[in-house]
Amino acid sequence: MDRQTRIVEIVKRVAGKPIDPAPEESLFESGTLDSFTLADLVTALEGEFAVKIPDADLTPRKFDSVARIETYLQSRS
Amino acid sequence: MAWLRALGSYLPARVVDNAELAPLVGADPTWMLSSTGIEERRFAAPDETVATLGIAAARDCLAAAGIPAADVGMAIVSSGSAERRFPGPASSIAAALGIAGKPAIDLPMASAGGLFAIALAAQLTRAYGHVLVVASEIMSRVVRMDPAGRDTAILFGDGAGACLVSPDTGFAEVVDAVLATDGDFAEALRLEFDAPLHMDGRAIILQASRKLPRAIGELLERNRVLPTEVGTYLLHQANLNLITRVAQAVGAPEERFFRNIARHGNTSSASLLIAAAEWWRGMGGTLREPIVLAAFGAGLNWGAVLAK
Repeated sequence: MDRQTRIVEIVKRVAGKPIDPAPEESLFESGTLDSFTLADLVTALEGEFAVKIPDADLTPRKFDSVARIETYLQSRS
Repeated sequence: MAWLRALGSYLPARVVDNAELAPLVGADPTWMLSSTGIEERRFAAPDETVATLGIAAARDCLAAAGIPAADVGMAIVSSGSAERRFPGPASSIAAALGIAGKPAIDLPMASAGGLFAIALAAQLTRAYGHVLVVASEIMSRVVRMDPAGRDTAILFGDGAGACLVSPDTGFAEVVDAVLATDGDFAEALRLEFDAPLHMDGRAIILQASRKLPRAIGELLERNRVLPTEVGTYLLHQANLNLITRVAQAVGAPEERFFRNIARHGNTSSASLLIAAAEWWRGMGGTLREPIVLAAFGAGLNWGAVLAK
């Protein structure tokens, strides 16, 4: 499974919705994520990709779409 | 270290429920409740000020303590919604109470101010004796009451809380505190003098969801207290969903997290002391298990206090 597919699976799990977001689609504007599920998403990403996301990087914009999440994770690897 | 001696609170008489607020801000009452856990909040009367709310809470606290105001050695007053740049409400509150000639210090810190004031007071009782902590907020005057301000207007209410911190005796000894500040997110929650309150809710919730459980965990770990050994968690009443998340992250039963946000909304720095006062009145006198007080807010400032 490639990184983007793994991200989508995590988003689906955290959101609790059978969604299939386009890579650039805003996860907030579409209603997929809210303030609270965003925190769950970050925790799930840390576990799935074995990365520690520092507080300084915890800006919603970095996690607003699957593509942005992938870009961020690439920068951390 | 120091003791929590007594608590008090004051809430304005006017109750504003979601049904009344909804049309002003263009929101659905059902959504307001599900997204915040808030059913109603209080709004101050036109002739009430941050100082008058604080005076009422302070009097309630001192009466509960059985301590005359003249015996108070210092007052620390937290507010993020004071009406003017200076002087802040501390000197007016001290004057009205009759705390003459003693230092009265303003702590202009929204949300976490009540917690920080208690932690500071605990360090100052040795030099000043009884330290009166007051947190008072009139948030209804600093949020935008129209659809553009919907996401903040639905959250906030007005009120004041107070806590007497004493050097010798009380119902719980303050044993440790964790306090922290992260200015990297200072712009995410701010109140300028010429604009309504600004809050990037997603950023604040994201930061609070991580920082608050971490502070509580650090506090408990270094004092060798398990999360499940804490009898009551008294948190800043920011949002019911946040309190639930913090409980899950800390690893303690959610029912141990005292909640009154449904009735009062988020009263910023006053909320922790109002919640603590309501819990304390119903507590029954003898503390059997440790308590944790914790708050998070603008600054960003956050922390936790352990008392037992």
